[in-house]
Amino acid sequence: MNRVIAIFTKESFLVPVAAIILGLLTGAIAMLAGGFNPVKAYASLIEKVFGNAYNFGETIRQITPLIFTGLSVAFAFRTGLFNIGAEGQFIIGMIASTAVGISVDLPWYLHAPLAVLAGGLAGGLWGAIAGWLKAARGVNEVITTIMLNWIALYFANYILKAFYVAEGQQRSDMIKDSASISFAWLSQMFDSARLHWGTLLAVLAAVFFYVLLWKTKSGFELRAVGLNPNASEYAGMNVNRNVVNAMFVGGMFAGIGGACEILGVFHYQSIMAAQPGYGFDGIAVALIGGNTPLGVVLGAILFGILTFGAAGMKFGAGVPVELIRVVISSVIFFVAAHGIVKFFIKPIWKKKEGGH
Amino acid sequence: MDWGVVLSNLLHDTIVFSTALIFAALGGMYSERSGVVNIALEGMMVIGAFTGAVVTYFAQDTFGGLAPWIGFLGACIAGAIFAAPHAVASITFRADQVVSGVALNFLAVGLSVYLTKIIFHGAGQTTTLQQVFGKWHIPLLSDIPILGHAIFEGYPTSYIAFALVAFSWYLLFKTSFGLRLRAVGEHPRAADTVGINVKRMRYTAVLISGALAAMGGATISLTTTSNFSHNTVSGQGFIALAALIFGKWHPMGAMGAALFFGVAQAIKSLVQIFGLTKYVPTEVIFMLPYVLTILVLAGVVGRSSAPAALGKVYETGSR
Repeated sequence: MNRVIAIFTKESFLVPVAAIILGLLTGAIAMLAGGFNPVKAYASLIEKVFGNAYNFGETIRQITPLIFTGLSVAFAFRTGLFNIGAEGQFIIGMIASTAVGISVDLPWYLHAPLAVLAGGLAGGLWGAIAGWLKAARGVNEVITTIMLNWIALYFANYILKAFYVAEGQQRSDMIKDSASISFAWLSQMFDSARLHWGTLLAVLAAVFFYVLLWKTKSGFELRAVGLNPNASEYAGMNVNRNVVNAMFVGGMFAGIGGACEILGVFHYQSIMAAQPGYGFDGIAVALIGGNTPLGVVLGAILFGILTFGAAGMKFGAGVPVELIRVVISSVIFFVAAHGIVKFFIKPIWKKKEGGH
Repeated sequence: MDWGVVLSNLLHDTIVFSTALIFAALGGMYSERSGVVNIALEGMMVIGAFTGAVVTYFAQDTFGGLAPWIGFLGACIAGAIFAAPHAVASITFRADQVVSGVALNFLAVGLSVYLTKIIFHGAGQTTTLQQVFGKWHIPLLSDIPILGHAIFEGYPTSYIAFALVAFSWYLLFKTSFGLRLRAVGEHPRAADTVGINVKRMRYTAVLISGALAAMGGATISLTTTSNFSHNTVSGQGFIALAALIFGKWHPMGAMGAALFFGVAQAIKSLVQIFGLTKYVPTEVIFMLPYVLTILVLAGVVGRSSAPAALGKVYETGSR
């Protein structure tokens, strides 16, 4: 029991929780300033998510890509890299799986896995570009991944227009049924919410993340490089190769996430006017989750609930859905500046200790 | 086809498209020269575009043609205020500057559209402004063939931007303030030793950065779009960041890079007019600035060197 208490009073747990509370408070202040009732708004958010089977299912759909992009950012982070590029890797995963889903003709047990794999591979290679640039040319991955996000967006649109979109259309044809990963009977249980096998894959990916990093030799190397590249180099590890590998694996997670959106949710790809945003949310998810697999899953659940429930806030309390972006950004901000959070929780902390 | 007219229009459009980028890239330069990474340029531009539009909207009935100037000033102030959390987090609380920047980019879009919907009764964009910046026709000079239309019939914001480039160059390389700013970004410990207040210097730089980037955003809403919506800025802050790196953290370089990215944008509209999209897909032109930035960084097109202490937190008295 004491161990359980120890976990819940640890700083690595308290800071994210305090950041979430401060984020929700910031949102509440913004709502009060706009003349809305924050209590009613948050209640409607919860009502929206848990009120009926369909919405609950759709929330799970919303959470799934966030697990993937969260893992993507967290994995790179573990090796000392900042992957702002989950967005681009996600998009590249989408277009690769669309291509395989439309162009290839195979029985379902080969087609669907191949389409998912194509997405993962393409996303991985896209991530590896930034990894290679860092390893071979010493280019900071933060800037390259931001640039690669935009390149991915336009590149995907170009491929769509060149090969998969009829003149004047804004979206591709449907992927073949054999490539679909929709989970039919589960969908029916949730009033045809768009549930798919990708959710299971996301959980497996989190397990894979854990096993790879903490149970294998290459995982040990990746973490060692993340903690101290110089010492790792001295210990005979190939730091550059690890950087490329880490970005590849991170990109692969995001790429599979993108593939699952196409193969499980939409079954076609649209020409994008802007970034879909899952990659950026992934940064928040990874930060909140302390870059651990379990933390990422929990963080994704929180952000999935917030983003999907935002529509409920609009309906129940008239609050514009954009407010949830204010909440999310405040949470990221407070996690980043955990000094501020500690500043807030310190007085409470002191009081508690004084009481003993 | 009159190639003189085409060229003249191309130059003209280049300057129009570059103006916002010049403001924002200059803004980024102040912050990064002081050692604080600023990937929040995009968010700062969004806040500027929003504030510029809203202030002008409320001022236009009373102040008429003066309203856009008030909006522009408002954007400048709002940008500095918006940059403050980034300064507090990354300088005082030693937060990760990249994460803090990401958070601000997020916040800007969320907050500005949220406020727009509140102010304009649920609409996702501001009402079209009646008063925006008009073009200045500089007497005599604007009569010069080709160059007259290209350079001397521009928005006042363009002239301000170019003046700021010259001013920033002077400030950075010819004054003691500039020397201190650069010292703080290159070698904060040495700067501290000679009595420069590193933190105050960095605070100043980040706030200037927010003000300038916001002026860039306001340039867009007060000249070309005449309103604010969620896609008014759409990635130009990131192009400005690219221009800053491409321009090697130098005011002239940043201006040159911004003009180059402006040409890319101007060609884009030209390509569409002449139906050349059959040969050059617009997406390729869209990609160009980003691809070039990566090539520059990889050392394929010249080398780029960042301030030495960029992104490194400095604790007063540390060694």
